[in-house]
Amino acid sequence: MRKRSTFLLTAMVFGYAFLYIPLVLVVLYSFNDSRLVTVWGGFSLRWYGELLRSGDVLSAAWLSVRIATVSATGATVLGTLAGFALARIGRFRGRALFTTMIAAPLVMPEVITGLSLLLLFVTLQQQIGWPATRGATTITIAHITFSTAYVAVIVRSRLASVDMSLEEAAMDLGGRPFRVVRDITLPLIAPAILSGWLLAFTLSLDDLVISSFVSGPGATTLPMLIFSKVRLGVTPDVNALATIIIGLVAIGVVAAGLVLRRRPAWRQTE
Amino acid sequence: MPPPETRPRLHTWQRFGLAIPYAWLLIFFLAPFLIVLKISIADPVVAQPPFTPLFDATRPPGEAFHATLENFRFVLDDRLYVLTYLNSLELAAVATLLCLAIGYPMAYGIARASDATRSVLLLLVILPFWTSFLLRVYAWMGILNSRGVLNSLLLWAGIIDRPLEILYTNTAVFIGMVYSYLPFMILPLYANLVRLDEALLEAAADLGGRPSRVFRDVTLPLSFPGVIAGCLLVFIPAIGEFVIPAVLGGSDTLMIGRVVYDEFFLNRDWPVASAVAVLLLLLLLIPIGIFQRYESREGSES
Repeated sequence: MRKRSTFLLTAMVFGYAFLYIPLVLVVLYSFNDSRLVTVWGGFSLRWYGELLRSGDVLSAAWLSVRIATVSATGATVLGTLAGFALARIGRFRGRALFTTMIAAPLVMPEVITGLSLLLLFVTLQQQIGWPATRGATTITIAHITFSTAYVAVIVRSRLASVDMSLEEAAMDLGGRPFRVVRDITLPLIAPAILSGWLLAFTLSLDDLVISSFVSGPGATTLPMLIFSKVRLGVTPDVNALATIIIGLVAIGVVAAGLVLRRRPAWRQTE
Repeated sequence: MPPPETRPRLHTWQRFGLAIPYAWLLIFFLAPFLIVLKISIADPVVAQPPFTPLFDATRPPGEAFHATLENFRFVLDDRLYVLTYLNSLELAAVATLLCLAIGYPMAYGIARASDATRSVLLLLVILPFWTSFLLRVYAWMGILNSRGVLNSLLLWAGIIDRPLEILYTNTAVFIGMVYSYLPFMILPLYANLVRLDEALLEAAADLGGRPSRVFRDVTLPLSFPGVIAGCLLVFIPAIGEFVIPAVLGGSDTLMIGRVVYDEFFLNRDWPVASAVAVLLLLLLLIPIGIFQRYESREGSES
């Protein structure tokens, strides 16, 4: 029915090849026995073995997962509250400042966020003695701060599209505000809250720059460890690590797809 | 969007719900930024912390309050810093244009695909975003290094007889930036192009317009808001980028994000690092302002 031009097709094939060839190559290298990427030394799981034996990779990964879980949860609570305030409270004192503080982290360069938070922690330490050391706690606080903005934006736009007459009807029927939110609004925006949590979790797992600024000597997250490795050049165990991460993401996407497919029909019409 | 009726008094639970995120952002977002501003107008000293306090009661009266613009003058007078700012702008601008050149046809193709194909194609654009940013940048090291895949391929094909030096140059930084930011270009462009009324295109074609002319006179002007959004979403983070120049760039790749990092950690000159950061933010205010004006206009239209 539609005429598709050769140019368009070529551009798309090129574009998708560009996006995926590096990932495919990393997966291939990870099974290469040779240390040199261009020499195929035969299929091997050697680098996976080395990865699992190196305690620092595992402990860094565990630290990253813990920080991501806590910070995603914190950011989801704060971001949902902020999204509610922006979408459901019409006017309040300081709204302009609040809106700016929600929007600004989305465009703020990471080096500035990291630098400013580190300077805050240093100042606080001098003034009130807290935080005594920088590490997992300061990284978590930093991650909550920038992820909150993303969650707030997602929740706010979801709330804007939710029919307010449902809430008004519940209020008219005598529901107290808290109950209306719990029984009507929260179930309606649950998908947005979930995707906000997932995004915050991913952002936290992925963050290198802000973590590097606010971390102390004791705490090394997975991206910080990878960064220190890749600065020295290509290392095969990083290929294995990348392959594991790509695999986990692929599994997650397939699982999410299956869950969405089973969503009740009345929700799909929204 | 604010609800139509304004509530003069907030419920207690509303106040509470608002106060928590508000307080958090005041402490962990606004206050840190004010501290950066404060340190950018302090004198560097060899001490811990390495800067002078803005207000110090122990100093003689009249001098208790001390501020200086010396750090800003120092940065702006230094050719290297100015060059770094300009270089960051140039790298970000070129990367943005490359993203547009690759991303526009892709977004157009996705928008014109059938419904089922479209969701798969969109997912494929978003998918790399969920894997690690750092590892995706790292993937290019194995391709671009002197004994990497690209050079081996070109040598084998006889196109070159000596390996090309691509890794640790600006070319590698461009490739890394286009690769990392391409989804940010494609998604807003797609969102715009998919809403494009096909009746307009058919009408133009029925009136005898050749496909290239229909594209130039109808599609392109109508997709302009998407082009602006995509370009800014690439340009703004690209200016302050740290990871890509640090992993793929050479020592001569001057980017401002890297300078802030080095100035802070290697030179330990906090006042100058803060001044560089404040100037970077001032530089970003222009594209951010354009973006927000565009966003609010789009928001009020839909």
